Amino acid sequence: MSRFQSTAKTYIRPMSGWWLKNPYFIRYMIREGSAVFLTLYALVLLAGLACLAWSPEAYAAWRGLLDTPLSLGFHVIALLLVAYHSLTWFQVMPKTAPKLPFDPRLIVRGGLAASAGLSLLILVLLWWVTR
Amino acid sequence: MKGSNEPVFWSLFGAGGVLSALIGPVLILITGIAVPLGFLLPEDTLSHANVLAFVQHPLGKLALLTVIALFLFHGCHRMLHSLHDLGFRTGTRAAFGFYGFATLGTVMTALLLLIW
Repeated sequence: MSRFQSTAKTYIRPMSGWWLKNPYFIRYMIREGSAVFLTLYALVLLAGLACLAWSPEAYAAWRGLLDTPLSLGFHVIALLLVAYHSLTWFQVMPKTAPKLPFDPRLIVRGGLAASAGLSLLILVLLWWVTR
Repeated sequence: MKGSNEPVFWSLFGAGGVLSALIGPVLILITGIAVPLGFLLPEDTLSHANVLAFVQHPLGKLALLTVIALFLFHGCHRMLHSLHDLGFRTGTRAAFGFYGFATLGTVMTALLLLIW
């Protein structure tokens, strides 16, 4: 920053709450909010890993924390927001692609189908391996 | 002239975006809701023995490091750019903070996984 303070009062457009005036921007901000929860979720996993490394008791404490209303509430919101991120991610995909020789909606449907298929695969695999 | 570092961070953001779009919801459902409540999956799915076996396997390590690192880089990149949308003047210092945080989390995960 300059040592010389400008005496001119430049108008700076206020930024607070601009996105609340239009449903499109509200949805945009909800999607951006998914990043906060995704980051926190990664930290929850990292904390679990650290507890696992520390001692079996610490790991049990981490699991105990996961079974609290606060944690369950956090994960329900995180699930909804990240699912919304997932939907928007695949919706944006055809818009960033060059002219497609097929219906761009196929990319959206394909992405969502891949997500659903992989999710089911992980659930079944986990159930089968640990049973 | 030194090139921009944006492509590197955008690639990590993009990779994290794809990974979290594909399996983010199911991972949150499994570790945060289903297993703690014992619904869909039994509660001992994430027992000490099971998770220990997972992190001892090279593929388990790779999966966990990939998920944590890419989720962190995706989340931090998006938060950095959202701050700008909210009217904060983000500069090099903010970028350093957010990407540094994601890098730190990644390094910590990698070091922890080396224990087993």
